[in-house]
This record gives sequence, C-alpha cells and structure tokens, in this order.
Amino acid sequence: MREETTTIYLGPQHPGITGNMMVKLQVKGDTVVKAETHVGYLHRGFEKLMERRNWLQSFTIVCRICVPEPDPNEENYSRAVEEIEGREVPERAKYIRVMVLELARIASYLLWYGGQNGSAGLYTMGQWSVGDRNYILDLFEELTGGRVYHMYIWPGGVRRDLPEGFADKVLKTMDYLEKRLDEYDKLMFENSIFQQRAQGVGIIDPAKAVEWGVVGPPLRGCGIQSDVRKDDPYEVYDKLDFEVPKIEGKSDVWARALVRRFEIRESIKIIRQVIEKMPAGEVYNKVPNPMKWIVPKGDAFVKTESARGEFAYYMVSDGSDKPRRVHVKGPAYVHGVSLLENLLVGENIADVSFIMNSLGTCPPEIER
Amino acid sequence: MSFFDLKGLLSPLTGLQQFGRKPHTLTYTKEAADRYRGLHFNKLDQCIGCGNCSTICMNEAIDMIHIEGIEGKNGDSGLRPRVDNGRCCWCALCVEVCPTGSLNLTKDYIYVTDDADSFLWTPGKNNPDAEEKISFHSDVDTSLSMYQRVPMREMDGTERVSSFAEVVLGYNDEEARAEAQRCISCSLCTEVCPDHMHIPEYINAIARGENEEAIRIIYDNNPLPEMCGKVCTRRCEDVCAIAVRGEPVAIRWLKRYATEQAKTADMIKEIVNPKIEAPNGKKVGIIGAGPSGLTAGYYLALRGFDVTIYEAKSHGGGMTFYGIPKYRLPYESINKQVEYMQKIGVKINFNTRVGKDIQFEEIYNKYDAVFIGIGFEKPWKLGMIGEDLNGSMQAVKFLEIINEGGSVDVGKHVVVVGGGNVAIDAARVARRLGADVDIVYRRRVQDMPADWEEIEGAEDEGVNIIPQGIPIEVIGDENGKVKAFRYAKAEMIPDPKGGRPRPQQIEGSETDIACDTVIAAIGQEADYSFFPEDVKNKIKFERGRFVVNQKTKQTDDPKIFAGGDAVNRTADAISAIADGFNAVKGIEKYLLG
Repeated sequence: MREETTTIYLGPQHPGITGNMMVKLQVKGDTVVKAETHVGYLHRGFEKLMERRNWLQSFTIVCRICVPEPDPNEENYSRAVEEIEGREVPERAKYIRVMVLELARIASYLLWYGGQNGSAGLYTMGQWSVGDRNYILDLFEELTGGRVYHMYIWPGGVRRDLPEGFADKVLKTMDYLEKRLDEYDKLMFENSIFQQRAQGVGIIDPAKAVEWGVVGPPLRGCGIQSDVRKDDPYEVYDKLDFEVPKIEGKSDVWARALVRRFEIRESIKIIRQVIEKMPAGEVYNKVPNPMKWIVPKGDAFVKTESARGEFAYYMVSDGSDKPRRVHVKGPAYVHGVSLLENLLVGENIADVSFIMNSLGTCPPEIER
Repeated sequence: MSFFDLKGLLSPLTGLQQFGRKPHTLTYTKEAADRYRGLHFNKLDQCIGCGNCSTICMNEAIDMIHIEGIEGKNGDSGLRPRVDNGRCCWCALCVEVCPTGSLNLTKDYIYVTDDADSFLWTPGKNNPDAEEKISFHSDVDTSLSMYQRVPMREMDGTERVSSFAEVVLGYNDEEARAEAQRCISCSLCTEVCPDHMHIPEYINAIARGENEEAIRIIYDNNPLPEMCGKVCTRRCEDVCAIAVRGEPVAIRWLKRYATEQAKTADMIKEIVNPKIEAPNGKKVGIIGAGPSGLTAGYYLALRGFDVTIYEAKSHGGGMTFYGIPKYRLPYESINKQVEYMQKIGVKINFNTRVGKDIQFEEIYNKYDAVFIGIGFEKPWKLGMIGEDLNGSMQAVKFLEIINEGGSVDVGKHVVVVGGGNVAIDAARVARRLGADVDIVYRRRVQDMPADWEEIEGAEDEGVNIIPQGIPIEVIGDENGKVKAFRYAKAEMIPDPKGGRPRPQQIEGSETDIACDTVIAAIGQEADYSFFPEDVKNKIKFERGRFVVNQKTKQTDDPKIFAGGDAVNRTADAISAIADGFNAVKGIEKYLLG
C-alpha cells in the first residue's frame, strides 16, 4: 500500500500564535512528517528603515519589532547607542529601565499563559491572564503614556520620571498578581488536561539545543541555567537578587511552562527590590537636538534577556546622524524557524500551535 | 500522574469562584492616564509655525498648512501643523521637539469617522476645546530643544578698559559645534534677516565641522560676514524659535566663528573661490565704500561688471570702520574683507570725496550706472545751549578720530547723551581713554535702542547710566570750556496711543554733573551737498532719505541706484548689505535686460 501524505497550511493569519507566518505541514494521518516554515507576511523592514532615519527617530521604530514585549528592543537600541557614544545613564534611569523590562516580561508571560492554554483549548486561563495583564498595561499607560508600545526607554535614560505614587501602585499590582498566580496554578499546572497535553510533547534534545542556538525559556527548560541577566548583567541586574530556574525533566512543553511559572515570580521579586533600591535623581542624560545629533564612528553589540530569550542588537555608526546598520537578533529566529521545523516532526497536528506557543515564536522578530 | 487524578480534575473548578466578578478590561469607560499619548492639541496662538514637529515626524504624518485667521509675521511663519491621524504612531517626538511647547497630546483617543479625508486634521482648530485634556506635554526640562546657549568667553571688565583689544574672545571649535547643534533649521531667521542669509545652512555646516563649506555658503549673499559676525544687530536672534522658551541660538557668534577661520584675504579667496564671469563691457561707479557700496561692488564684479568705488576716507567699511570702536571690530576684520574684494577685481579709489576731488557729473557721465551708498555722515545737533563750547563734541566725529588712530583729550569726566549703540560706543571708548563716564538717556534703560549686550558690557566696564534724564544745557567756564552738564529728571507718561511711554520733565529736578567733555550721540543724517541741483530735483527724497524701488533699489533717475543708511530706516549694516545685494540685481536688469 502506498503511503499518502497530506499538505496542511497553518496560517499565515495568526497560526495559533500572535503574528503572521505560515507553517506548511506534511501530515500522515494526524502525525506531522515534515514542517516547513514560511515567513514574509510581516516584513516591515525595520532594519532598513533605521538606516534612513536619524538616531532618535529610529528609537520609535524598534518597539514595533515585538508587540507583546517591546521594551527589550528599546533598551537594546538605547544601550547600543549609549555604548558607541559613551553616554552616561543616570542610576535612577537604570533602575526604572529594569522595572519596565520586568513589567514587560510579566505582561509577556501573562499573554503567553493565554496563548499556551488557548492552543490547548483551555480558554478560561487566557481570559484571566490577559485580563490581569491589563493591570500591567494600566501601569504602563500611567508611566509612559502608551499601553502597548511604550517608547519610553530612550538613549540617555528614560523619557519621564515616575509619576506621583506610581511605585505604590506597582507594589499593589505585584501583590495582587502574586495572589493570582496561585489561582493560575490551580487552573493550569494542577489541571490534568494541561498536564496530559504538555508532558512529553515537543521535546528538545539538550545537546542539540546549544548547537542550534536555542535561548531563553526553551533552553532553561533543557536544564541549562542560562540567562543574560546573570551571565552578562546589564543595567543594574548585578545588584539584584533573583534566581534562574533549574529544571529537571524532559525539556518538553511542560518544562518550558515551569520555567515561566518560576520566572514570573522572580520578576515580581526583582520589581520589589528595584522599587526599594531605586535612588533619587535625574532620569535622563539629554541627547542633543535630535536633528543634529551625530553619534561618533563605532559599533556595539548588546543583548538583553527578553521573555523569549536572548535579544541582541548589533549597531554600527559611521559618524553621521543616522545609524549605518542596526542588526536585530531576536530569539524567535532560531525558535520559530529551524528549531520548530525539527521539533514538529513526529508530533500531532493538534500540538503544532501548542508547541509554537511554548517556544515563544514571534514572527516580527524573524522578519525585521 | 494519571488521567483520573482527582486533584487534577477538581483544581480547575476553583475558577468558578470568579463568577460575578466585575470585569476590568473595559478601559474605554475610564479616563486615560495623565501622560496618555492620545490625539494632538496645538495652542495655535503659542505656535510659531517653525515646523520642527513636521521635520521630526518619521511617518511624515505632519505637514504645515495655512489656516484661516493666522497670518505670518516676524518670528511666525503663519503655518500650523496638520496631523494625518492615519499615519501617526503616537510616539510624541513632535511634542518633545516643539521649541515653544505649543504642541501636546491629549487624553482623547476615540476618533471615529467614515470620511477618510477627515483623518487629516489641524490640532487646535479641529479640537479647540481640548486644552484641558492635555496629557503628554514637554516643558523646558523635558524638551529636547536645547535652551541654554554656549556662553561666550569675554575679557574681564576691569582688564578690557585698559586697551582697545577685542572684548569678545570668540568660540573655539568645540563650543561652536555645540552651539550650532542647538539650531533646529526652521528658517524663521532667514525671513527676518534683511539680507536673507542662508542661516540654517551655514549653521548646519558648522555643526558638521565643515567650516569651509560654511564660509562658502555665507559669502553667497554677504561679502562682509566677519563684520556682521561681530557687530550685526542680529534681528535673526530675536525671532529664533528656541528663544520663545530659552536663549536664542548665537547666530552672530557662529558666523563670526566660521569667518574667522579664513585669516587672510588670500585664504578667503582660496576657500570661497568664486566664479567670476567674463567682462560684459558695462561700467558701474559706486559712491561710498561702506557696507552697501562694497556689497554692490563685489557682486557686480563677480557678474562681469567693471566696478569702481569712490571713497572719501582712507579705509573701506564706512561707518563700520569709522563708527565702531576697535574693541568690537578690529582693523584686520574689515581690512581683509576689503582686500579680498580688491583681489576679486573691485577698484577702490580711497581719499576721493565726490563733490571735492571729483565731481558727481563726471561719475554720472563716465559710468553706465551709479550706485550711491553714502550713509549718514552728518550728526544731529542736540539743539541746546552751550553745544558749541570747547569740550562738547559729536560721537561720530569722536569715534572717527579715535578709529583713525588719533587722540582726543576728554579729561577726567565725560557725559554721553543718547541711548543708541553709538552712545554706548562713545561711552566705552571714553572709558578706555581713562575717564569716568555717565550716559544720560531720556527714557528707561529697557527702552534704550542699543544692544543689551552692549549696555551690559558698558556697565561691566564701569559706565554709569542715568536713565530718564532730559538734557538741558552744557555749562561752560569763563574760557569757553565745558565745566558741567545740566539735565532734568523725567517721569514716564504712558502713551495714550499704546506706544512706548514718553518722558516728561519733572519741574525743579535739574541736576548738574561736573564734567570736562559732553559727547552727543542722538543720530545722524546724510550729506547730499555733492549733488548738482538738476539731479537733486530728479530724485525723490523723503525725510532725508532716497525714495527707491524696494526690489531694485533704483531711484527716479533710472541710472542712479541707492542703498544703505541713506535709503532704509533701519540704519544697520546688514540692511545696507541687503540693499547692495538687491541693487546688483536691479543694475543687472537695467543694464543687461
């Protein structure tokens, strides 16, 4: 009897994840035998755009590279410029940056709760976490003036100081969230359905993971304690006390979920420390008139730990008023293309978007 | 963990306790945060239409348009931003770079329309009531406009009265680039500059460190830029967009910095390297080597005209050479520029007074066109008792003698009458000659027409300013020599027509100041005595000035063109330069068609 395969096109409209990309699946029965990723539906040419815009204008572009968590882009961009220029950042601004980054990480994980459970058919969890994410967005609105795209961290510091009483609001939100996380556990991690769906699915070979360049929660899910915040601390992470999870087990979707479950609590811990330790002072070492701001010749490579893993920028200045080249290296490039294509083989069709979610695939990062 | 794990089945059911909880995701029911970046609002009366918002907008969502009821004026382009809400990304960089703080974002964020064109709207006009909803704004601290000027280094007040060395020391490379960076290239300055110099362009070049390029741009329409860089009345700085909330860009000092990079006439020629057109066979005679005459001569020579300038005195520069003290404008600054013009082919006959050494008719007949830039040479008299006493003199004459290298015995105490730049110059020069100096001015200090920097400079050097003093009499001794100056105090009476307040003498407040010299500096006029009667009758005059075609500077005698103080009421060097520049176009049109 001849073995027949069927071709299924998943996407390109939000294939179980946020963002547009397509996965072309060859399936036999319910089993994937070949997966081919097709990107190109979300290309906005950020990197090229930046070559035509001055140093400050470019800063408003980068946040759009990742919708759920724009801030690592802003931080990376700013830090790269600061490194080339040798611009000092006030200490208070560094603390505020860390707070923003961690709030963004929490918001991003809350959205992931929704996505991960939604793709398993567990919709209540998504309603809850996305609803709670709104509290974080409220904080962002009050701090930055924007809910989703903040455009707040910019070269030299941050745009504005904390509003009156903001720190208390953050702490209150953190307390609320901490309580909610226990309720999430009951709905998700203690839920037999989720356990059954997540365990033993999408297993990454730890030896291969490093080889492929897997980063972030998928790498930590393999039991490898790698985190830029610890390995190569930036801003003020070296002054803060937090832990990187050590996961033992199968490096499957379940392991990756445990990583996030652990880290969202660590983020809350970090935010509390930041608020406690934040010094008074300036928040912004002003750049010159943006129309005439020239950054000296040079290049910089910077990286941050985003919710999806190491996020890196390589920036080159030719001494003019615009960047010569900004290369963005998001984790989704590895996770969403090469890793995904390998990981899907042998899996069930129903688990495809489930696995994609667990890897934190974010198409705009793939196509900068 | 088995599928029939009881805990695993029951735990999710705890979610049921959330039933009846109020949802908290419906944000449209609540007001936006205090920093919210919503729809734009522009305070139309505060906006000066500089267009910086439009320049920074990377989405090209903002364009500048005329709107009804707003007219352009000095320092206001009359344009206002219009935002395409379909393109805006709410980054608010437009707010951050707005030099006046007029553009803001509001808490309004709902805008629904079925008309795609109405996405183009003019903040402030389309939402006039949104001012109270302003949320995201920038103040002087947060704005990206650079409001602080790079300070100019100056010689110390006590040190500088001991010599005629230049007071202002000039910017160095680093300072100049930092100062040039402040410019936002809005061009409001270009509009008000009488000569419409390419200000943003040369400042841009300085900001990039391309000083030679800056010099080339400057010489495009001003052949005496070093003089302007030192003593221009700089109306450009009055309208600088940055000046609305801060200190204006030091346009004059930047021009000074750029032009000082060319240290000799040869260097100017090498850098500017102007294109000189082949001779066109037309000859132009110019009377007066002041700013207007030199400017006309330079650009006519570049265009292939045969140019000859007749100058009564021994140096070029006119009032800028003879009237401005050397601590403000040294000899070399003017001389190298005049020398450069001679190298380009402008012929200057010094020590040739028209009407005495050569007759006007001769020039009139010899040349195809004549440009008159004679300036205001004859000082006004105070018209009071004792004005002709020994020791009473005119500031213009006083400055001329000193600038020519001569000496004047002013004694120990000098009184200067007047409040303009000439009065301040005379006072500061007298101070350098070792005298104690009082300036007596009719109105208040803030009414003085002199440059505030000059007034401050004079005060730093120990000049005493007596405001609201009306001159009464110069009192002489038995030998006809000045011994005192009498003035009366005045009170300021508001002008019913809304003009500046007028001084009115307070009866019985007369005061005498013992002094050796009284210097009057209340104004000058032109000397037209060299004109033959028939020419005088042909040309129209108004209040002592030529009446000319504003564009071409042509008088009623088509062959005669005029410019400078004898034409325009502003009586400053840059207006004279502009006249000379415009006359070139007029003469070219007249002679070549």
